[in-house]
Amino acid sequence: MLTFILLTFFFIFPPNDWFYKWNKKFKLDLIWTNKGGILILLGLLTFFLFGLTDENFKLIALKPDNVPIVGLIFLVAFFTWLSMKQATENDKRIDNNEKVNEYHDPDDKVLTWPDLVYIELIALVLCTVLLVVWSIALPAPLEQPANPTLSPNPSKAPWYFLGLQEMLVYFDPWIAGVLFPTLMLIGLMAIPYLDTNKEGVGYYSFKQRKMAVSFFMFGWLVLWVLLIVIGTFLRGPNWNFFGPFEYWDIHKLEPLTNINLSDYIYIIWFRSGLPENILLREIGGFILILGYFLILPPLFAKTMLKKLYQKLGNFRYSVFIILILFAMSLPIKMYLRWLFNLKYIIAIPEYFFNI
Amino acid sequence: MSNKQKEKKGGLLTWLGNSQVWKSIIRSGIPRERRGRMFSVLNSVFLHLHPVRMPRHAVKLKYTWCAGGLSFYIFCVLTITGILLMFYYRPTVEYAYTDIMDLGEQVPLGIMREIHRWAAHLMVITVWIHMFRVFMTGSYKPPREFNWMVGVILLVLTLLLSFTGYLLPWDQLAIWAITVGTNMARATPFLGHEGPGAALLSIGDINLVHAGSDIRFALLGGRFVGEAALLRFYVLHCIGFPFIIIIFMAIHFWRIRKDGGITTPV
Ligand code: HEM
Repeated sequence: MLTFILLTFFFIFPPNDWFYKWNKKFKLDLIWTNKGGILILLGLLTFFLFGLTDENFKLIALKPDNVPIVGLIFLVAFFTWLSMKQATENDKRIDNNEKVNEYHDPDDKVLTWPDLVYIELIALVLCTVLLVVWSIALPAPLEQPANPTLSPNPSKAPWYFLGLQEMLVYFDPWIAGVLFPTLMLIGLMAIPYLDTNKEGVGYYSFKQRKMAVSFFMFGWLVLWVLLIVIGTFLRGPNWNFFGPFEYWDIHKLEPLTNINLSDYIYIIWFRSGLPENILLREIGGFILILGYFLILPPLFAKTMLKKLYQKLGNFRYSVFIILILFAMSLPIKMYLRWLFNLKYIIAIPEYFFNI
Repeated sequence: MSNKQKEKKGGLLTWLGNSQVWKSIIRSGIPRERRGRMFSVLNSVFLHLHPVRMPRHAVKLKYTWCAGGLSFYIFCVLTITGILLMFYYRPTVEYAYTDIMDLGEQVPLGIMREIHRWAAHLMVITVWIHMFRVFMTGSYKPPREFNWMVGVILLVLTLLLSFTGYLLPWDQLAIWAITVGTNMARATPFLGHEGPGAALLSIGDINLVHAGSDIRFALLGGRFVGEAALLRFYVLHCIGFPFIIIIFMAIHFWRIRKDGGITTPV
C-alpha cells in the first residue's frame, strides 16, 4: 500500500519535467477537475460508510477523540483538491499567456466593510454552529481516573503527535521524538529562504513551482498526515499493525527478529563474533551514514540536481539537501526494516546512540 | 446618496444611527456610503486590523479559505470557554478528575467543556490548513519570509497549548498520553538521561544527567506524571502559552499589514 503511494506520488505531484510529462500523458491532472473531486469524495464516503458497518472499524473511527481525524482526512483531501484545481486552471491560463484567475486591475479594489466583514461574519457564524452542534452531539471523553500503575494498551499520544509516535517504530526516541521534530521545524522555517523561485506569489499555481510544491506535498501528505492516520487507525495493542477492519487482539504476536547491521556483517557474513571494540563493531554503519550524508549531496549536485545546485549556491544547497536526506531517511529505514528486519544501522546501546 | 434620500429611508435604524449615543461609539453613524464605510473600518479597534480597501480576489473565500481568520476566532472561543472552565476546575490530583465530572453532571447547560475540547482540535486543524494555503499561494516568499517563521512558531505554540490541556482532565487518557509524549524528552541528546551523550556529562563517577535532573524532570517537576506535572501543565496551559501566543499573534497580524497585506498576483 505504502509502496503504491510512494510509486504514484511523484506522478501525481511531479517534481520535475520528466515526471510532469508522464503526469500529462496519463492525464493525471484530471483528478483536479470537478469530476475528479466528486470521485475522491465518493470514494472516501463509500470507504467510511461501508467501514462503519464493521464493528472494529466503527469502534476506532467514532472514538470521540478520533472524530477530528476523520474530519481531517476529508478536509485535507478537499483542500488539496481545491488548491490543485485552482493551480491547474491557472497553469493553463499562464500557458495561454493570460492573466491568472486571481488577477484584478490594481486599482480595482473592494471595501473591507462590507465585502470582507460580511464574509468573515458568515464564516464565524458557521464555525460557531459547527462547534455547538458538535458539542451537543458528542460528549467530551472522560475515562477512568488516572492510575499511574495501570497503563492502557495501546498508550497513545494526542493525535497530532501520533506521527512522531509512529516513527518510534523505526527510530529510537532521540531521533523520532527530538531530532526529527526539531528538523521539521527548522525545515519549515527554512522554506522561504531555500525556495528562491520568485514566481507563483499571490495565486495558486503548480507548473511554475513544481519542485517546491511536490516536495512540500510529500512532507505534508505522506510524512505528516498519513503517518498520523496510520498511528490512529492502524496501530493497536503493543503498537502492532492492524488492518482497518481487523480486531485489535491484545495477544497478537509479532515475532521480533530484528537484527542490527553489525550482526549482519560479523555474524552472518563473516561468521565470527562481534568485535569487542565499539568503533570496530559499528564501522559498517558509520561508513554507510557518513556516505549517505557526505557522498550523496555532491553526487546529486553533479547529476540530477545540477541546475538546482547552480541556482541555490553552496550554502542553500547544502541545507536543502541535508533536510531532504533526513526526510528520506524515514521511508528508507522503513523499507530496510520490512525487507531485511534491520533494527539499527549503528547500534551503540552503551551510549544510547542507535540509528 | 444625498442626505435627503437618506432621510426618506428614515426609520428606527437611521434614528439610532444619528443618535448621540451611537455616534459616540461608532463615529461614522450607520455606514451606508463609501466614506462612512471606510471610516467604520478605520475607527474600530477590531476592524482596523484590516486595510480599508482590499484587492478583489483577497476577500474571496476561494483564495484564503478564511483559515487564518478562523484560527484566530477559534482561539478567542477557546479563551472564553477556558476562562469559564477555570471557575470550576482545581488543578490537584485530588480534585481535578471530580471537578471535570461535576462539569458534565452538575453545571446547567454544561457544554463548555465540549466546546473547549472540540474547538482545540479544530484549531490545530485550521492552523494546518492555513499553513497549507499560505504555501500553495506562495505567500511565504519575500517580503513575507519572517511572517512565515512567526507562523511556524504559532503552529508550535498551538500544539503545545493543546498538549498541555490534554493532561488536565486527569483521566487515564490524559496521563498516559502525556506520559508517552514526555517520555521522548528522556532521550534528548545530552539533556535527557537516556539520550546519547548524556553519559559523557559526568564528573568522575557522578552522572550529571540522571532521571532526577534531566529535561524531562524539569518538564514534569518529578520523575513521573504526578501532582507537580499537573500544576506545571495547568499554569503553562492557562497563562504561559496563551501569553506567548498572543504576543506572536500580534506580531503576525502586524506583519501581514506591514508586508503589504494578503498576497496579490502582479
Ligand atoms: C495561531 C495560528 C495562526 C493564526 C491565528 C494566523 C492568522 C492569520 C491571518 C488572519 C492571516 C490573514 C490571511 C488569511 O486568513 O489567510 C494570516 C496570514 C498569514 N499567515 Fe497566519 N496564522 C496562524 C498560523 C500561521 C502558520 C502556522 C503559518 C505558516 C507556517 C502562517 C503564515 C502566514 C503568512 C505567511 C501569512 C500572509 C499570507 C498572505 O499575505 O497572503 N500563519 N495568518
